[in-house]
Amino acid sequence: MERRVYMDYAATTYVKQEVMEEMMPYFTEKYGNPSSVHSFGREARKAVDLARERTAKALNASTDEIYFTGGGSESDNWAIKGAALANKQKGNHIITSSIEHHAVLYTCQYLEKMGFEVTYLPVDQYGLVNPEDVKKAITDKTILISIMFANNEIGTIQPVKEIGRIAREHGVYFHTDAVQAVGHVPIDVKDMNIDLLSLSAHKFYGPKGVGALYVRKGVRIHPYLHGGAQERNRRAGTENLPGIVGLGKAIELAYENLEESNSKLAAMRDRLIAGIMEKIDHVRLNGHPVKRLPGNANLSFEFIEGEALLLSLDMKGIAASSGSACTSGSLDPSHVLLAIGLTHEIAHGSLRLTLGDDNTDEDVDYVLEVLPGIVERLRNMSPLFAQHKGEKYYV
Amino acid sequence: MVNEIYLDNAATTPVHPGVAKAVMDCMMYTYGNPSSLHRLGLNAEKKIKAAREQLAFALGDSPDSIFFTSGGTEANNLAIIGTAMARKREGKHCITTQIEHPSVLNTFKYLEKEGWEVTYLPTDNQGMLDPEDITGAVRPDTVLVSIMHVNNEIGSVQPVEDIVRLVKEKGMSPVIHVDAIQSFGKIDLKPRNWGIDILTLSGHKIHAPKGIGALYMRKGVKIHPVLWGGGQEKGVRSGTENVPGVVGFGEAVRWIEQDADKKYLYRLKGILAAGLQERIPDMVINGPAPEKGAPHILNVSFPGIRGEVLLHALEDKGVYVSTGSACSSRREAISPVFQAIGAGKEIARSAVRLSLSYMNTQDEMYRAVDIVERCVNELKGFTRR
Repeated sequence: MERRVYMDYAATTYVKQEVMEEMMPYFTEKYGNPSSVHSFGREARKAVDLARERTAKALNASTDEIYFTGGGSESDNWAIKGAALANKQKGNHIITSSIEHHAVLYTCQYLEKMGFEVTYLPVDQYGLVNPEDVKKAITDKTILISIMFANNEIGTIQPVKEIGRIAREHGVYFHTDAVQAVGHVPIDVKDMNIDLLSLSAHKFYGPKGVGALYVRKGVRIHPYLHGGAQERNRRAGTENLPGIVGLGKAIELAYENLEESNSKLAAMRDRLIAGIMEKIDHVRLNGHPVKRLPGNANLSFEFIEGEALLLSLDMKGIAASSGSACTSGSLDPSHVLLAIGLTHEIAHGSLRLTLGDDNTDEDVDYVLEVLPGIVERLRNMSPLFAQHKGEKYYV
Repeated sequence: MVNEIYLDNAATTPVHPGVAKAVMDCMMYTYGNPSSLHRLGLNAEKKIKAAREQLAFALGDSPDSIFFTSGGTEANNLAIIGTAMARKREGKHCITTQIEHPSVLNTFKYLEKEGWEVTYLPTDNQGMLDPEDITGAVRPDTVLVSIMHVNNEIGSVQPVEDIVRLVKEKGMSPVIHVDAIQSFGKIDLKPRNWGIDILTLSGHKIHAPKGIGALYMRKGVKIHPVLWGGGQEKGVRSGTENVPGVVGFGEAVRWIEQDADKKYLYRLKGILAAGLQERIPDMVINGPAPEKGAPHILNVSFPGIRGEVLLHALEDKGVYVSTGSACSSRREAISPVFQAIGAGKEIARSAVRLSLSYMNTQDEMYRAVDIVERCVNELKGFTRR
C-alpha cells in the first residue's frame, strides 16, 4: 500500500476520536436548541456551558469572556471591526503587522475605506515584530493593536506578552489572532494582557465551522451578527451545539499533554529541517529558528515552483502546502515571505510542512527519502538551475 | 425516556441518523482543507461540490447560486447588510414585515441606525401580508424587499410568488430577499421561477447539523461580503468551509428530496389539530387555519393557562413544545408576531407552539393529543380552585 503522510496540520487537522465521541450524542439524541426552556434545551445549554468553562480554563479567562463563533475568520473580523466601530469616538488608528492572516489584513483594509487609519508594521528577517516599533507607532488616536500570536505560514511566535504590556500601558486594546497558537503553545490572557483573542477549533483537532473570541471583561465591542439573544446578545444565531462541544473537548485535550507532545513534535520538526538542509542545496529556512511553532517547517528551494513541488509530493502520498492554504489558488507570492525579505522567485519555491499528532519518525524518514529526488528532478527541468549549477561547481 | 414526543422542530430538529453518519465519516476521512492543493483538500472540495449541487437541484437552479454560511442568522445578516451596502448609491430604503425573525428585524434596526429607512409592513390577524401593501410601499429608492416565507411562530405562509410578480409589474427592481429558513424542505420553493433574488436557508431546521446555513443568490445578484479573509465561497463568505456541516446539509436535502413526502407533515398536523379542537373546544388557533398554514407549525392558546406552565406540565409527560419562538423565549414581552396579529395579552401569554418534522409519527400525534388534553384539564382544575 502506498504510504500516506499528512504534513498540513496548519491548514486543518483531523478530528480526534475522543472529540468525535463527545460530539456524537449532540447530533441525534441531545439535539435541543440551547434557547429552548424544556429539558432538551437545558441539556444543550449545559453542554455549551461546559465547553465555555473548558475554553476559559485553557486561556486563563473567565467563562463570561468567551464567545463562540462560526470560526477563526469570523472571530478576527468581529474583533477588529467590532472594536474599531465601538471605539471610533476615541480615535481612528489601528496598528497591525504586515504578516497577518487575510482575515485580519482585509478587515483592516475595509476599515481604511471607512476612514480608519492603519499602520502595517514591518517584520525582521525571521518574521518578528519589534515591540519598540509598536510603541513608536502608537498615537493619541490609536484604539487597537492587532498582532498575530503565531504566523500560519512560517510559524514565528511574536513577543505577545511585551506587546500586550505596551498596549495596556498606553490604554490601547490588544487583539491577537491566535488561530495557529491555541492548543499548541501555552496562553494566559491575563498574564499576556490580551484584550481580544481569536481561535479556531479545526486547528487543534476539533471540528470545522466553530471558533471563539475571547473578549476581556469591560472591553467595548460592537456585535457582529444581529438577531436572537444568544452569546449574551453579542453573537446571534442558534449555537452550533456539536461544534461547540467538540471545541471544548479539543481545547481541553490539547492542553493536557502539551509539553510532552510539543517536545516530540519539535524533535521531529528539527530532524526534518536538519535533514532537508543537509541533503539539499540552495535551501533556506523561513521563520525564526527557535521562536516558532513546534510543528512548523517552512523552507524555500531555489529554482523551483512550490506548486510543482506540492503536486509531486502529493503523488508520493505526502500532503503539504505552499503559502497558506487559504490563499493558495492565487498566483501572488505569499505576502508573509515577501515581508521577511524573500524575492518573488524564492518565495514561489517555498514549502510548508506542518506536523501534528499522527506524524511519526517514519513519516519524517519518508519525506527525507522522497524530497531530495523530487527537488533534483524539478531543478533539472529548470534552465535557470543549469546556469547556476554550473556556476556553483566552478566557484 | 422512550416515549418522548419532540414537538419543537421549528426550534431545531434531530439530525437524521444517515446525515449524522455522513458528517462523522467526513470528520474522520475527508478532513482536508478544501483550499489545500493535495488530494485530501481536493476530496473535501469534491464533497462540497456535491452538496452544493444537491441544494441547487432542490431549488431548481445552478450550483453556482449556492453559498454556504455558518447558519441562518449569518445568512440573513449577509443578505440584508450585503445588499444594502452594495446598493446604497441607488437608495437607502428597505421594506420588510413586522413578523420577521429577530435575525432579520434586528439587522434592519442596525441599518436604521446606520442611516437607512425601513418600512415594516403590518399583517392581518392571521399573520398574512396584503401584497397590495407591498407594492404601495415600494418607492424609487427602495433597494431591498425582505419577506419571510413561513413565519416561525405561527406558521403563516406568505404568497411570495404573487408578491414578487406584483413588485415587478410595478416596474421596480428592488432586490427581493426571502427568509426561507422555516419553509425549505417542507414547502416547494422555486426561487428562479418565482423571481426571488436571494433566499436564506438553515440546516438544523431540516435534520442537518447546527452551524450550517446557506444563501441562494440568483446569478447576477451582487452583495457585499460582511466577512473578509481567504475569499472562500467566491468571496461572498470567507473562512475555512465547515466541510462536515456542508456535507450534512447536502445529505439532509438529498434525504428529503428522495424519501420525504411533503404531504406527510400536513397529515400529522391534521391529526393533531383536529384531535385537539375536538377534545378542547375552547382552544384558540393563533395564525392561519391549520390547512392554510405551514405544514409543520401549529400555534394554539388555551385561555386561562400560561404557555410556560403548560410547557412544563407537558414536559413532565415527555412532550416537548415551545412558547414563543425559541430565540426569544427567554424574554417576557409579547412577541412582535403576536402584536402584529392583534392577539390580546391573555392569548399571547397562553400560546404554545407545536412543531413537527418528518421524524414524528402518526402515533405520536394521537398520544400528544391525549397528553395535551390531560394536562389542560388538570391545569384548568387548578385555575378554577
